[in-house]
Amino acid sequence: MADVARAPISDALWRRPNLLLLLLVAPPLLWLGIVYLGSLFALLAQSFFSIDEFSGLINYEFTLKTYGELLRASNFDILLRTIAMASAVTIGAAVVAFPIAYYAARYATGRWKAVFYLGVMLPLWSSYLVKVYSWKLILAKEGILNWLFETLHLAWVLEAYLAIPVIGGNSLSVSWTGTFLVFLYVWLPFMILPIQASLERVPPSMLEASGDLGARPGQTFRHVILPLALPGIIAGSIFTFSLTMGDYIIPQIVGTSARMIGQAVYQFQGTAGNIPLAAAFAVVPIVVMGIYLTLAKRAGAFDAL
Amino acid sequence: MTGLRGAQGVAQDGKPGMAAAIRFDGVSRHFGSVRAVDAVDLTIGAGEFFALLGPSGSGKTTCLRLIAGFEQPTAGRITIFDEDATATPPYRRPVNTVFQDYALFPHLNVRDNVAYGLMVRGDTKAARRAAAEDALSLVALAGFGDRKPSELSGGQRQRVALARALVMQPKVLLLDEPLGALDLKLREQMQGELKTLQRRLGIAFVFVTHDQGEALSMADRVAVFNDGRIQQVGRPEDVYDRPETPFVADFVGSSNVLPADLVERLTGQHAPACLRPEAIRIGDGPLSGVVAGQAFLGSATRVEVVCEDLTIKVLIPKGVPAPETGATVALNWAPDALHIMKRDNG
Repeated sequence: MADVARAPISDALWRRPNLLLLLLVAPPLLWLGIVYLGSLFALLAQSFFSIDEFSGLINYEFTLKTYGELLRASNFDILLRTIAMASAVTIGAAVVAFPIAYYAARYATGRWKAVFYLGVMLPLWSSYLVKVYSWKLILAKEGILNWLFETLHLAWVLEAYLAIPVIGGNSLSVSWTGTFLVFLYVWLPFMILPIQASLERVPPSMLEASGDLGARPGQTFRHVILPLALPGIIAGSIFTFSLTMGDYIIPQIVGTSARMIGQAVYQFQGTAGNIPLAAAFAVVPIVVMGIYLTLAKRAGAFDAL
Repeated sequence: MTGLRGAQGVAQDGKPGMAAAIRFDGVSRHFGSVRAVDAVDLTIGAGEFFALLGPSGSGKTTCLRLIAGFEQPTAGRITIFDEDATATPPYRRPVNTVFQDYALFPHLNVRDNVAYGLMVRGDTKAARRAAAEDALSLVALAGFGDRKPSELSGGQRQRVALARALVMQPKVLLLDEPLGALDLKLREQMQGELKTLQRRLGIAFVFVTHDQGEALSMADRVAVFNDGRIQQVGRPEDVYDRPETPFVADFVGSSNVLPADLVERLTGQHAPACLRPEAIRIGDGPLSGVVAGQAFLGSATRVEVVCEDLTIKVLIPKGVPAPETGATVALNWAPDALHIMKRDNG
């Protein structure tokens, strides 16, 4: 015993494991509680104040007037537009991500799995702005996509598409389609990875059991694979949906001049100095996500968990 | 080898005239250079309780998966009830499987798990419900329909898997190591129940196991696998008492395998032979050696006797005094106890 170094702190902590746990989790909990959630709630509290239209000063009295302003046609359009875009991006991402995730989870092994992870993660490592500006160049009238359509003598297809109201426009880079494509590209990894993780947990025997019981591959997909992947799809859609709703850079660089929630928040809290309205806008994505998750839970999306 | 195959026909299994449920004609399944199943010929009767027995990697599970349709043969022909099923997908085969890990669907409750096959077939909700309840009572789980698989014990999950397969009224039920995950007590109980169930339903049960005791006690016939090939097919008594190859003798009941040279000295015949530990007695005989160790087994004592470079296991029944370690003893046996075998098939 004598030649064993004394370690009074380790010994004391070993006798009180709860103290050790407290020491370990207290700093991150304080960070999460005060800096993270605290500031979020401080911002949200602002949405219950109003702004004096003459002086531009904030009136610190409880009111729902600011929320009423959200319903004004010009503001309400922003909400609808943003929710529509976030839904489209989420559905698009799920459709594109599923086959990729399915391949990675079921078939890719060893080296190919590494290639998959690299392929999915690599775009995340490069600068977000670089990616968005690259897309602007790709989608521009003088861009590579236009060139490709012309080379293939399919320019008329692109023109016919751009002539469609709402989703079309002068060129892809100033259309909603362009905004959609860039959102889809930028958020896709956030959809692929959770779906892949959920599919990895489905043992092959479960798919064999379904076939063994007479289910054709399509039925197996509908009744076994999809329900078991649903928690992953929901997890991915939380990312794609909320990231799209809050983003203010992509719609500014690629797309029409009509604003989305992120841009509205940016402008109201910055140039316009209307922090209460900006805060009210910021509440919308949170409420929408809350409703979405409640509905998903009711529909049994998490039964497989 | 041809001789071995000839002995596998249905007519030789003591139930002449019984229709063949499953037939393998020269079936192989190779994974790259690995011959998981290699040129297997096999016939399983319509009402048979049939065991595929072998160590892990011997090809027995691949054989089962070939019957179910989860694997396709690299060569050969699979016939299910006189219909060529070689290229038939699993969802169109009249067989159902109880998986080793049960493979219950975690998002469905027990009733919907059992009714799954009926649901994809398009049965009405009422018919499904009734059939599922019947199947659940068959496995003594009536009233468990609303539970989730995660709320059941291992034994209960196994019964649900059984009910889910049986509700489809398969002509052949395939069971992959059905009792592997259960504890000893439950395993013994399920052995009896499966046997009773098979008699009652009158359909073929084909089960994979690495436990020779389980195979011998449950099956009407046993196919012993090694290295992707069948070593022997026969009734449990045949496989146990008259092993055809040294592998079978060693794997089924851990027999003493005497090398061909020794057998030639004892009998004049140059072939390997098998000698059951319980058939050997201590006392004046043709072999002698030194007792190297003893193990008390409860109903008997196993004594290991080293004769030249061969260790021979001798089972001494309770009540008979066992020799001391280090003692020199002679061994004898009845002349017909020494069973002459062929070489390993492979």
